[in-house]
Amino acid sequence: MTAVFRHELRMYFHSLTAYVFGAFLLAFVGIGSMLYNLQAAVSNFEFVLSFGCLVFVVIVPVLTMRVIAEERKQKTDQLLYSLPITTTQVILGKYLALLVVYLILLCIICLYPLIFSQFGDVYLLTSYGSLFAFFAMGAALIALGVFISSLTDNQGFAAGIGIAVILLNYYSVSLSEYVSSTALGSVIAMCVLVLAAGGIIYCLTKNENLAYGFCFLFIVGILLIYFFDTGKLEGLLPDIMAKLSLFERFYVFVNGVFDVTALVYYAAAAVFFLFLSVQSLEKRRYN
Amino acid sequence: MISVEHLTKYYGDFLAVDDLSFEIEEGHVYGFLGPNGAGKSTTMNIMTGCLSATEGHVRIDGYDIFEEADKAKKLIGYLPEQPPLYMQETPAEYLRFVGEAKGLRGLRLNEQVEEVIRQTKIGEVRNRRISALSKGYRQRVGIAQALLGNPKVIILDEPTVGLDPIQIIEIRALIKELGQDHTVIFSSHILSEVQAICDQILMIADGRLAAFDEPGNLEKRLLSPNEIIITADAEPEEIRDILALAAHITDVAMEEKKSPFTTACLKTDHENIYEASRSVFEAFSKKGKALLEMNLRKASLEDLFVELTEGSGADTVPEAESETDTEPEAKKEVRR
Repeated sequence: MTAVFRHELRMYFHSLTAYVFGAFLLAFVGIGSMLYNLQAAVSNFEFVLSFGCLVFVVIVPVLTMRVIAEERKQKTDQLLYSLPITTTQVILGKYLALLVVYLILLCIICLYPLIFSQFGDVYLLTSYGSLFAFFAMGAALIALGVFISSLTDNQGFAAGIGIAVILLNYYSVSLSEYVSSTALGSVIAMCVLVLAAGGIIYCLTKNENLAYGFCFLFIVGILLIYFFDTGKLEGLLPDIMAKLSLFERFYVFVNGVFDVTALVYYAAAAVFFLFLSVQSLEKRRYN
Repeated sequence: MISVEHLTKYYGDFLAVDDLSFEIEEGHVYGFLGPNGAGKSTTMNIMTGCLSATEGHVRIDGYDIFEEADKAKKLIGYLPEQPPLYMQETPAEYLRFVGEAKGLRGLRLNEQVEEVIRQTKIGEVRNRRISALSKGYRQRVGIAQALLGNPKVIILDEPTVGLDPIQIIEIRALIKELGQDHTVIFSSHILSEVQAICDQILMIADGRLAAFDEPGNLEKRLLSPNEIIITADAEPEEIRDILALAAHITDVAMEEKKSPFTTACLKTDHENIYEASRSVFEAFSKKGKALLEMNLRKASLEDLFVELTEGSGADTVPEAESETDTEPEAKKEVRR
């Protein structure tokens, strides 16, 4: 794992990726602190971070697009398969390297509140609490990016899908206000989601029975709930959309609450997507 | 060393490898021969753990490549068809990464990297970016990577494809050298190459093992007789009369007459082709006719290759091989 980790880290600084990622993140946070902390003279650094998290939509896909897609394109994944290391080690090594690139930048950003505190009262606790959440959210999004990159051998495609998915996640709370909140609407939407998930399961496993079984079980479950306890489905869809938003949980920190459940949520999301990446890499062996 | 048992691989509905079984012994150079699409790369990918098998087992020194992947993979060095190189890196950096991934650390890593750089003669390009290297050098870096960790078996998938004649000769010499300390398995669709380097040949056609023997034994298995092609300053009828006197000649076929001279293809059933050519020479000299040219065409592995692979289906089409090699190459390549 350390071999993959060191190799990846070296590759990031060999190519432009790490620098582009860093430049965008620092520029955005820089503009944010200029607007809030300097011009508006607000002493809350967390507002800058809540402004800056929009930049994730672009920079996370830029950072993660090549991580596995490029290996496939250059056929270097064959080397990784033939080396005496497991795919879990490969994914973890790559992920840790990405986290380190991200952490280096956060270390620079960490200095900002300290600098501002020289000139006035800055709420350092909320600032650093939000920074920690900023790190956790970024880590979850990077894991999502790794998974998307593992699905294709085209970097551009990986970046495009990544931007779309993160953007959707960013706006999912605003969008949730527009979707139907009736029970029937929820049932229809849930069925569509279940069918889509079934389609993905079929694509990944090529196992028809598993996909049909999955769809059947969930749709029957949803219909049963609909007929016996309609009230539970009221407003379910907007609820789910809001719950899935990684960004929404970050704003809790911005408001000054150190929410441990959100951190657990981010960690779970990261582990989930890394697990899927391992499966996606492993699946190439079984095509 | 390596035992492959009832290996079967389906790609969807397509059967790529069909119940393949063989044993690889230590200390030989094995040639893996077959037309394109015969399942060579698939088999090698399965043997190295890059691909799963639909059925069957591969064991390296008793370790199953899937069950005990870690131990089994440490015994193998693999160069896939396309060398898996990171273009932005230099060979030295790349080899350090592969060495580390193979579990080498510190002094041993440095020693091994230096050793393989020396063995594959890539010292002069060690600090250039791989993207700037020629194909021959890239292939060498790929082989160097396979050698790291001093594995018992080295598996090379078509290591000479796309190289120029000098590079091909160099890579072949390197493979021969490696054969002294390692068990080497390499695939190719060029017969003369396999004939020149290997002491064991596995022929594979349509995912099945068509033949597995030493080159000499394989040649003995040939059914087609030896041939002599002559050009003489005489009319076809005269040649027929003259050859009627010669011993050991079983068949005479005249070729189309293009020049004032006549060319004919003779067949002999004598096991020593020189006896036949001697009798031809003596028959001509007795009649006082000039024998201008005499070419002996010994039955070769090429004939066996074509014979074994042609039977594999009606969709095989002979195609001219555009090898730039100086040696007489397989003129017929069977492609799916």
